[in-house]
Amino acid sequence: MKASVGGYARASSLDHALQLLASAEGAGRVLAGGQSLVAAMNMRLSTGDLLVDISRLSELSGVSDEGDTLRIGALKRHADVGRDALVCAHAPLLAEAVHYIAHAAIRNRGTIGGACAHADPAAEFPACVLALGATMHVAGPHGSRAIPAEDFFEDVFATAIEEGEILTAITVPKAGSGEAQVIEEVARRSGDYALAGLCLVKRDAGHRVSLFSVGPKPILATGAMAALDAGDLDGAVAALAGELDPPSDTQASAAYRRHLAGVLLRRAVARTEGGKA
Amino acid sequence: MSIAFGNPDRPNSYIGKTVPRPNITKLVQGRGRYVDDIVLPRMVHVAFVRSPVAHGKITGIDIEAAKTVPGVLRVFTGADLAEVCTPWVAVLAHLKGLKSPPQHPMALDRACWVGEPVVAVVATTRAAAEEGAALVEVDYEALPAVTDTMTALDKTTPVIHPDMGDNLAFRRLHEEGNVDAALSTAHKVVTASFRTARHTGVTLEPRSILVDWNPAEGQMTAYHATQAPHMMQTVFAKHLDIPESRVRVICGDVGGSYGIKVHVYPDEVATATIAKIMGRPVKFIADRLESFTTDIHARDHEIEAKIAVDAEGRILAIDVDDWTGIGPYSVYPRTSAIEGNQVVNLCGGPYDFANYRAQTTVVFQNKTPTCQYRAVGHPIAVAITEGLVDMAAAAIGMDPVEIRRRNMYRDDAYPVTSPAKMRFEGLSHHASMDKLMEIMDYDALRADQAEALKQGKRRGIGIASFIELTNPSPFMYGIGGARISAQDGCTVRMDPDGSVVALSGVTEQGQGTEAMLSQVVAEGVGVSPSKVRVITGDTQVTPYGGGTWASRGAGIGGEAALQAARALRSSILEVAAAMLQADQGLLDIRDGQIVDTQTGETRMPLEELGRIVYFRGDTLPKGLPRELVQTRHFITMDYPFAFTNGVQASYVEVDTDTGVVTLLKHWCVEDCGRVINPQLVDEQIRGGIVQGLGGALFEEIHYDEDGQLLNGSMADYLVPMAAEMPDMVIAHVETPTKESELGAKGAGEAGTAGAPAAVMNAINDALRPLGAQVTEMPFTPERILRALGTIHD
Repeated sequence: MKASVGGYARASSLDHALQLLASAEGAGRVLAGGQSLVAAMNMRLSTGDLLVDISRLSELSGVSDEGDTLRIGALKRHADVGRDALVCAHAPLLAEAVHYIAHAAIRNRGTIGGACAHADPAAEFPACVLALGATMHVAGPHGSRAIPAEDFFEDVFATAIEEGEILTAITVPKAGSGEAQVIEEVARRSGDYALAGLCLVKRDAGHRVSLFSVGPKPILATGAMAALDAGDLDGAVAALAGELDPPSDTQASAAYRRHLAGVLLRRAVARTEGGKA
Repeated sequence: MSIAFGNPDRPNSYIGKTVPRPNITKLVQGRGRYVDDIVLPRMVHVAFVRSPVAHGKITGIDIEAAKTVPGVLRVFTGADLAEVCTPWVAVLAHLKGLKSPPQHPMALDRACWVGEPVVAVVATTRAAAEEGAALVEVDYEALPAVTDTMTALDKTTPVIHPDMGDNLAFRRLHEEGNVDAALSTAHKVVTASFRTARHTGVTLEPRSILVDWNPAEGQMTAYHATQAPHMMQTVFAKHLDIPESRVRVICGDVGGSYGIKVHVYPDEVATATIAKIMGRPVKFIADRLESFTTDIHARDHEIEAKIAVDAEGRILAIDVDDWTGIGPYSVYPRTSAIEGNQVVNLCGGPYDFANYRAQTTVVFQNKTPTCQYRAVGHPIAVAITEGLVDMAAAAIGMDPVEIRRRNMYRDDAYPVTSPAKMRFEGLSHHASMDKLMEIMDYDALRADQAEALKQGKRRGIGIASFIELTNPSPFMYGIGGARISAQDGCTVRMDPDGSVVALSGVTEQGQGTEAMLSQVVAEGVGVSPSKVRVITGDTQVTPYGGGTWASRGAGIGGEAALQAARALRSSILEVAAAMLQADQGLLDIRDGQIVDTQTGETRMPLEELGRIVYFRGDTLPKGLPRELVQTRHFITMDYPFAFTNGVQASYVEVDTDTGVVTLLKHWCVEDCGRVINPQLVDEQIRGGIVQGLGGALFEEIHYDEDGQLLNGSMADYLVPMAAEMPDMVIAHVETPTKESELGAKGAGEAGTAGAPAAVMNAINDALRPLGAQVTEMPFTPERILRALGTIHD
């Protein structure tokens, strides 16, 4: 199938990109790595888009150490996230997650900002930033906003990004000493979307558990978190089953996904405790 | 003079050696020429509007908006094409009772599956054609969709084709011995149900065709990614009312076929029809979604089966009830009854037993039509047979290798006729099993399995013996009335520079046919393979032949090439003897030189002989034959098929928490007779195993109950990929067929035939201590956990 594109423009700056989006009157689509958008266009699932290519905006790239937090530019490509020294040192969850994301060609093009803005409920990075308690930074015609990850993901492919806004960066708290961050997922094949996946962050302040591929958006499993804080793993697994309403599809049923979430939680906890998964 | 295959040091000993593929550099450098690479003057593109409903009456078609799209030239409905192209009916006389309604290139008043072409939009670009197609409005009045195989014949199920009377396309019952008596008196009877999922071939290059009609010459030229150019020549000629001699099918590089590209597709015939109407070249390249909805599907079988054994593990009876749903039409011209028929022919294949009953029931459905896909019927029959044998072994407490050894035909038993009435010329089940035990170190593996269990790891070993049908005679299609050649031919000529050109009726789809032909011809003539240029895939150029399918390329095409090459060698030597005034019997051709047979002394290079024959023929004796072009054909006569055999083994680990199966290692010993190119054969086996592993663990076309395809993309239809594939060890036993000098049987489908059963048995070996068993493919994590009772709802 041939894509049917309404137009294309390469933004030379963030302001330029925002102007292009504003002038597109609702038909604008931000193009970064293109690993989801281009595939959708090639299936004619999205037609007539006025593409605003932000891939060369230097102000959206790079990772910087901001003291207690890391600021990760939205254009940081998956592969670069995985090998970034600051990310590996201070947000190892993101680096570990890269191994689960699709295939090398996609990791070399796709961006962390694109993954979060696209908000595929089966994607790894949205669940990671949720587990990390990240802050999402968006720029728009009326200035910039900072949105907690908890409020950012709203539904399938839907986020708090408003019309005309662009996700510019993600800040994540740097891991404290003794903090453990792990991701576990099961997919049919290497690189496939997970049947279910789970991120576990164990901090002094308590546990944070997020899941992906088990609902319309990444899920923060607050019940399981509370049980883990109380040292009750069985209770956490039980709580998890209660707070998930996973979908059924051709790959797995809701019942399987619910079961798998519990298995993944046990494995993640075992890893944070240094035991064998 | 025959070739001393037993002597690896013989002159020109290319047969049996891994020689480089002549086309590989071109292909890896992207210099291949696939249909989509071909651009002709005045060429246009066609895109199809396809049915979004599984079954619907077409009540209106509005093409006006489409015609206004810039670049759109013509829009055709099914009725438009029906004026030019006659419909076809895909039945074969020897498949008694097979019925199928007439099928047109595009739906006329009714669409019968999601993806059936309904309207064709022709434009100057594919993009414009798609723009136009998106604007075509077709109104459908929904008709009930038949999607379940097992209820297709129920009285309450609507009949898809009222003219056909019912939804039964074909049924065949084969009975040998007294199955009921054996079942009622046996020491042990094991019953099981099996299911193989609906698959499709997923060729790297999608279906592709470019057809040009030249009214001035009255000739149609089709550039076509096909496995059977001559068959397609007949089809286009017959249905477009063109003399067969005025249809030329050219098949250049093809990016994989796996059986998918050996069938007649409505959209491809529509493309040819449109070319004839418009008088200009028309190109159609299927996109991936079109591939999933219109490439033939296969393997969608549900089976109930029984095996009866005595206390010593001897098989007393096998009883199989096989059902399959084939879509709304039998596929032209090979028909969609062959797969079920193969299941009947192949079940129990390796074993010497007396009482056999098998029935296949083939029903119509509102889904994509099914037809022959790599290893037609074999993976199903092998899964049934080997699954039953393992279950019987477990039931009587016998090792799965031992039960097979007690039942396989003795290696000195041949020729024999099986209870399915298949005739085996010579197989090597025991030698193959012995070799398998050796290469996999069965006892050590059992020890490893026990050791792993101590660490909580559930590992299993699965064995699957199999037979494979290759080198088909006219008994496969010809006797049924299909103009599909079982014979094949090769023309070999020597040019003035001493190089050799071979024109063959078999075709190359990426598997190495041309390499095989080059080394056979090289040895047959006595030149280096680099001196042989191979030309395939052009009906106006090559000898008439069947093409490449049913693992016939090497066995049939290779033998024709060998005989043609040997004939050319004789012609060359006759001229050489005259030129050198020597006894022809004392001369040989080695590495492009005429040599003295005894001493090996060089007497003359072939290019000198070529120079004399082509430019100074006046110096040769008058009347001396100098025919440096020879053609030979080959057809098998003694057996309907050349059966091969082999045995595979799989070692797996099952994660009983997640249900994930990890493939640890895979072994295959197979006997395809003479191995012409060890590397190509091994890679054919490996590729086939990968496809079989895909069926075992990943591949499954899903439809909902309304007949909507649910997974028409590479993200949702899971093909096997490298990361999940195990290391594979391949070994061979060689039992050459006596029907040919070359002795080659087919090797293309053996891997696919046995791999799913081996994996199934390995998983069940791992799960058996837990009281669980899986028989429904693919063995997804969820199906594993459901078998274990971990999840219920």
